[in-house]
This record gives sequence, C-alpha cells and structure tokens, in this order.
Amino acid sequence: MSKIQALTGNYSASYGAALCKPDVIAAYPITPQSSVVEKLAQFSADGEISASMVEVESEHSAMSVVQGAVMAGGRAFTATSAQGLALMYEPYFRMSTLRLPMVMALATREMTSPETVWSGQQDAVSVRDAGWMQVFVENNQEILDMIIQGYKIAEDPNILLPLNVCYDGFYLSHLSERVEIPEQAEVDAFLPPYKSRHAILDPKEPMAVDPLTPGNILIEYRKSHLEAMQEALAKIEEVNKEFADQFGRNYGGAIDTYCMDDAEIAILTIGSMTGTGREAVDEARKKGIKVGLIKVRFLRPFPVERIREALKGVKAWASIDRSVVFGWNSGPVFMETRAAVGNADSTCNFSAIGGLGGADISLDDITGCIETLDKLKTEPGKKDTLWFSKPVE
Amino acid sequence: MKEIRLHGRGGQGVVKAAQTIVSTVVDDGSYGQFIPFFGVERKGSPVYGFLRLNDEDIRIKTQVYYPEILLILDDTLLDMPQTFAGLQEGGTVVLNTSKSIEELNLPKTVGTLALLDAEPIALSHIKRNIPNTAMLGAFAKATGLVNWDKLKDHIAATFGEPNRLAADEAYEKVRIINLGGAA
Repeated sequence: MSKIQALTGNYSASYGAALCKPDVIAAYPITPQSSVVEKLAQFSADGEISASMVEVESEHSAMSVVQGAVMAGGRAFTATSAQGLALMYEPYFRMSTLRLPMVMALATREMTSPETVWSGQQDAVSVRDAGWMQVFVENNQEILDMIIQGYKIAEDPNILLPLNVCYDGFYLSHLSERVEIPEQAEVDAFLPPYKSRHAILDPKEPMAVDPLTPGNILIEYRKSHLEAMQEALAKIEEVNKEFADQFGRNYGGAIDTYCMDDAEIAILTIGSMTGTGREAVDEARKKGIKVGLIKVRFLRPFPVERIREALKGVKAWASIDRSVVFGWNSGPVFMETRAAVGNADSTCNFSAIGGLGGADISLDDITGCIETLDKLKTEPGKKDTLWFSKPVE
Repeated sequence: MKEIRLHGRGGQGVVKAAQTIVSTVVDDGSYGQFIPFFGVERKGSPVYGFLRLNDEDIRIKTQVYYPEILLILDDTLLDMPQTFAGLQEGGTVVLNTSKSIEELNLPKTVGTLALLDAEPIALSHIKRNIPNTAMLGAFAKATGLVNWDKLKDHIAATFGEPNRLAADEAYEKVRIINLGGAA
C-alpha cells in the first residue's frame, strides 16, 4: 500500500530520490533547495537509504562527485538552485556530453542581479542548451513521480542523458500538500537497477574516457547526442504510459492538454502556474470563451510535433513564462513555440511574462491574459509582450 | 474551499503550525495546501503564509488575496496594511493578544473574532513564548475546520506532549465574539 502524507515539494523530491535507491548523493545547500538534501541526509543517518552521502564544499564538487559515481556504474542524485547551478556549470555540461544518466532536482530560483533568493525559472532555462533533459512540473506529486520516471528515461540504453526535474522554488519547494508515496516494491518493479554499459571506471579493465578529441570526431558526438534527445521524445511518452498503467497517474507525456478539443484560443504554461491556469480556463469557459491550456512539461527535448498538433486549428495563443529570453523581448516557451509552429503569423500570438523573483502569478494575471487573447484573436500576427507587472509598494 | 492567511514573526512557528493543519486534514482524507512566504529569514521579522482547505484537489498555487480567515500570532502586526488586506466581509480573525477588544481597533469587516492570550499558556506548558500550538487550539475551536482529536495527535507528534496540553488549554480558553461584520 502506498502511503499518503502532506509533504513540501522538497521533501517530495527527497522521497522520490530515496525510492530510486541511489548509490551516491552529493549536494551543497542553497535556498530554496536545501531541505531536499537535509531530508536525504536524515534518511541516510536513520539507515533508511544505503546511498553514500558525500559532503562537499561547493556545487562544482557536488556535480563532480556524482559524475564520478555514475561513470563508475552507480546511480546518483543531487539537487540545486540558481547560483548553485551556475557554479556547477562546468561539470554540469560535461555530465550530459559524457552521456552519463542521472536525475537532478532543480528548485528553480531567479538569477541575480538584483539580489534575490525567490522563485523564477531563469536558472533552468539558461542551461536548456547544456544537453540535459528538462521537465517542469505542476505539483508535489509530479515532482516525486518524475524523479522515478526520470531515471527510467535517462538510463535507457538508447538515450543515456541526465535529466532535471524542475519545480518552482517556494511555490512548490516550500508548499505543503497531499502526496502519495508509492511502496518500494512498486518502484522496484517499475525501475530496474542501473546497469552501465558504456563507461565504467574499473581498475581491472582500465578505459580512457574523454581524451582530447578533434572536431571531425566531436561533431559525431554532438550528432549522436541530438539523436538521443529526439529518441527521448518517444521514450517520454512510453514511460508516461507505463507509469500511468502501474501507478494510475497520467501526466500526458511531453505535454499535457486541458480543454483543447474545441479550443479557439490557447495558453501555454510551464511549472506550478499550470494549476492556476486550469482554474482560469474553467472560469473563462463559464463566460463562453473557448480557451484551452497546453502545459509544456519538457523544454528539452522540445516536443515540436506535439505542440504543433495541439495548436492546430487554434486562432490565437499566448505562452506564459516565469523567465525571459534576453535579446528576444519574450519568454522561452514563446520563442520555442514560435520556432515549432513555423509561420506563426497566421495566428494571433504573444508572450506573457510574470512571476519573476518570487512574484506571484495570480488567477487574475492568467484571466487577464486569456481576456487579452480573446480580444485580439481576430487580428493575426505577433502582439506586444504582456508583462504581469505589479504595483511597487 | 476555505482560504486562510497566517501572520506572525520569525520564531513564532507560523510555518510549522500551518504545516500541522495540512498534515491533519490530509490524514483525515481531505485536502490542504500551505505556501509560506518568507521575507528575510531572521528571528522577529514578519512572516506570512497562505493556507487552503478543500474537500478536493487544490490546483491553484498562488498567494491568497481574499482570505475568509486570518490567523494572527502577534498583535504588533495589526498596524501593517498587509495584515487585514482583502479580508472578506464577515470574515473570522483568530488573534493572539492580551489586549481587550476595545484596545484593538479592528476593521469593521470582521465578523467573528477569536481572542487568546497565548503567552501565559505557552510559558506554563512549554516554558517558552512560542504561541503557535496554543493558537492551533484557538483556530480549531473558532473555525471548526479541522478534526480536533487528530490535530491534537499531530501537535503531540510534531511538537511534543506539552504542546498538546497548551493547545487543549487554548481550546478551552479562547473567547469567540460574534461582531456581525459590515455587510
């Protein structure tokens, strides 16, 4: 029997990681992630998990330690946020380009400056081209479930890529709610132990890893990495279905859709704003607005075909981002979606940005976005970016 | 769905108290959600948080703008404009204070006022002026939103037996006054 308990998002991540039986955990504390690893350290001290907990002096070391662990054939876990992610960037990039699978929880936080410790997805989106898979989740249950699914996707022999489970700092990391914690035996049945085949540190069979590589060979590595990313799109759907069959929770795969069947207009959401978006859609529908919602779950790989399919027949759409793309006057989901749909000028579309640095994305914000979209739906073309600005007190 | 906002100061146990309510309702087969909102993390600075209780899944993950209930752990926060912002007409205020109702200068929208002087109760049971568990007793009595026996068990499990006694005494001592509220 699974256990039902009220958990913060961070503790949900800890339980998810513990159920995947990692061999090595190394992390350095940073707000808002710190309690993920505090809880895992407690599990370890209480003898509830057998992972080696490695104390490190920085995030750079944390990622380096888990890198060695995965290279030696183990399963590893870590977690970080914002400046911590920035400090681990060098081994972070190398983790994916060495094709070492693991799951890292990312309690997303705004990047400084100005100085902030609060929510925002700028940390995650700024590394979206560092070769990792990235899934953004809506609630605490999805954090736990995606850590379990994450290892299964990452460790698939045709993929072998690390994966970030990204969840909004504070709005999920510190939010308490009901979470169903599956039985260990159920997780064991779903997720077999990791068997490394491609790079093992073994003194008896020494192997050179990562020698200085000329461009004509390096390009083949990149090509293969990109191919694996594309293969992951199918694997994400497959693992989602398998998980739904076993655990009864279906997240829709690389994207989830809500009320899209007859939708004239659509909003695209990412992360914890999605639940609020679902409420806003319900309210707008009561007023006769035919609006639907597309929840972008995976930003990497980007589900181009599924987004295109979901937006077919839609007159107008807007993305809502909790981060920005410097240089494009838009958010990243907007930019990616525009690229995915090709000639987007046959529809009305715009980028909405809010929730930076801990600001709320309220029901009124999303309702306002839907109403703007409904008003503009008969005027095709890209419209001005909508900022969810709040009065300064 | 019930929307509740909590106000207190760092060190008074606002977050732990709200988490205890959520644990209790989840344990009771229902749904609860709490989002703490920290300013600077230090003892004494204002802390607030947003609590929702519902009989089905709570999808919305935002701050609470129009609370039906306020749980205020420190009466030095009453002058802050944020404290009563958006309180629904006829709403409930559960307040830790040693002052009388005349001294409080509350907005006219308050419908039900629950007053408890938590300090002597906390000092007698837990020997420290941490008002959160006593205020949980006051909250339970004033709102009737939480299974009281289960809440007491959760208080004992989380904070220890003396805190259960503090909550119990508060439950008996809280004064609930019907002010009607400005309709």
